[in-house]
Amino acid sequence: MNDRAETAIVFEDVHKWYGKVHVLRGLSLTVARGERLVICGPSGSGKSTMIRCINRLERHEKGRILVENTELSDEPRALAAIRREVGMVFQSFNLFPHLSVLDNCTLAPIRVRGLARADAEARAMEYLKRVRIPEQARKYPPQLSGGQQQRVAIARALCMQPKIMLFDEPTSALDPEMVREVLDVMIELAETGMTMLCVTHEMGFARRVADRVLFMDQGEIVESGPPQDIFDRPRAARLRVFLDQILHHG
Amino acid sequence: MNARRLVSPLVTLALVLILADVAWHFFSWAIWHAVWTLPENASHAPNTDLCRAALGHGACWPVIKEKFRFILFGFYPYDEQWRPALVILCFVVLFGLSLAPRWWRPSLLLVWVVAFALIGVLMWGGVLGLAFVAEDQWGGLPITLILATLGLAAAFPLAILVALARRAEGLPVIRLLAVAYVELIRGVPLISLLFMSSVMLPLFLPPAWDIDKLIRAQLAFVLFAGAYLAEVVRAGLAALPRGQYEAAAALGLSYAQSTRLIILPQALRQVIPMLVNTFIGFFKDTSLVLIIGIFDLMTTGRTATLEPAWQGFGNEVYLLLAAIYFAFCFIMARISRTLERRLAAPHRNIEEPA
Repeated sequence: MNDRAETAIVFEDVHKWYGKVHVLRGLSLTVARGERLVICGPSGSGKSTMIRCINRLERHEKGRILVENTELSDEPRALAAIRREVGMVFQSFNLFPHLSVLDNCTLAPIRVRGLARADAEARAMEYLKRVRIPEQARKYPPQLSGGQQQRVAIARALCMQPKIMLFDEPTSALDPEMVREVLDVMIELAETGMTMLCVTHEMGFARRVADRVLFMDQGEIVESGPPQDIFDRPRAARLRVFLDQILHHG
Repeated sequence: MNARRLVSPLVTLALVLILADVAWHFFSWAIWHAVWTLPENASHAPNTDLCRAALGHGACWPVIKEKFRFILFGFYPYDEQWRPALVILCFVVLFGLSLAPRWWRPSLLLVWVVAFALIGVLMWGGVLGLAFVAEDQWGGLPITLILATLGLAAAFPLAILVALARRAEGLPVIRLLAVAYVELIRGVPLISLLFMSSVMLPLFLPPAWDIDKLIRAQLAFVLFAGAYLAEVVRAGLAALPRGQYEAAAALGLSYAQSTRLIILPQALRQVIPMLVNTFIGFFKDTSLVLIIGIFDLMTTGRTATLEPAWQGFGNEVYLLLAAIYFAFCFIMARISRTLERRLAAPHRNIEEPA
């Protein structure tokens, strides 16, 4: 195993069931600090469930998950500490519609990190500039386009200055013309050296930023490696079928 | 098609004629043939013979003038009735303040607390040189307003706690208690709950716990309204997308923080119309306390025409009662509409980026 100081996330034989359905079947995985991991696979392969286990939106039932050297459990303090350090961006944005864009971004830094409002707002404006929508700060999420909302969601997660960012199909709910603006923001973020795990089918994005691509199917990691190996020299038959499908229909 | 063209105006005409007939009869009774003043008899009481002659085709408005203080204040000592009058004014000011969005700030809560303290002092007295007036002498509109307002003010927070408890998946015992509370109270008529509070409860409680009938009725009312409101709040919670809970959790907000800052503000605004609907229903349900002998507005109204001289003039009194109930329900409906407008989520209006 890698040196502890260099390890961001460790999965050790992680299992999960939904009732009788075995959705994660013994995942083992180590993610290094600063690593950019793209996870792909057909729907129902367990890829979203896997990254949702990292901040315990889903509970794993067997095995161990370590995040920043803390084991995930029901112990509330450890869980709170982990969630502070793990930012998440959802497929359906999940902005808080009753709060302005600025308040969406300052809420957690003020309430969870204990920042003063002025500092939190300065930080929020800084990240809103990075995602290129500082002029929308006073608006409410329903007044923004999907692409804008997803960029706000990224800024909101970054305002907590997490060590790890999780992206759960961040562009799947977007109209095609808005995918680019969100991916550009994610590429810029990748260049800062942030540890990123991204569930996506955007192969161009994966080729450009991923250090490693995981292909999952039926709750298992079927193949993993650098993007050029996965996309250009796939070994597993299931991966070849999957790539064939997304290349012809994606 | 032709038949339809013919029928529609005919139906309209028929409805207009029926309405006009009803309106004419009401106008004829309430104004044209109404008795407005009565001569006094030897003992300076109004002589109601004139009214009795008009009974059936003309209203007897002097009954209102004669009885309105009893209707409004019940058996509250006559010379002290300025106190419940001030209490009514207190309530009107309180509702008025709460209606104006510019007063919506945390200190409004303090105003409510102070207002209720003031109302207590005015009604009971016994301090500041005010004569003490026991609860069994209270009556009329202040009773209705106190039962409804205090009842709903206490039932609402209770309802929120119960609704949250009902959704607490990790706490099966708490959840079961919440379900049991709601289903038990909902399965029982308010009348039987009031009977229990007034007749049965004293049998079970130690004699030292001598709580007044009014307070017991108030408690029964809080329990009843709490169960209904809890279901309304639960509907709001259930309507909220899971993603809101998940986003709050992923940001590291605690359960209390996410409930207070993310979940409740959205869930409650979704159900404002249903909440106010329930509020209005319970405001009127307070009239059921008449069956346990509390003199609320409805009871004083009925009692007012029991006196032999005034028997038979209940319609006039009921019209007054209806007007009073309507005025307060209308205020609540207005508060609801203001709230809905103010809290409505901003509409989607996408400005295309240049």
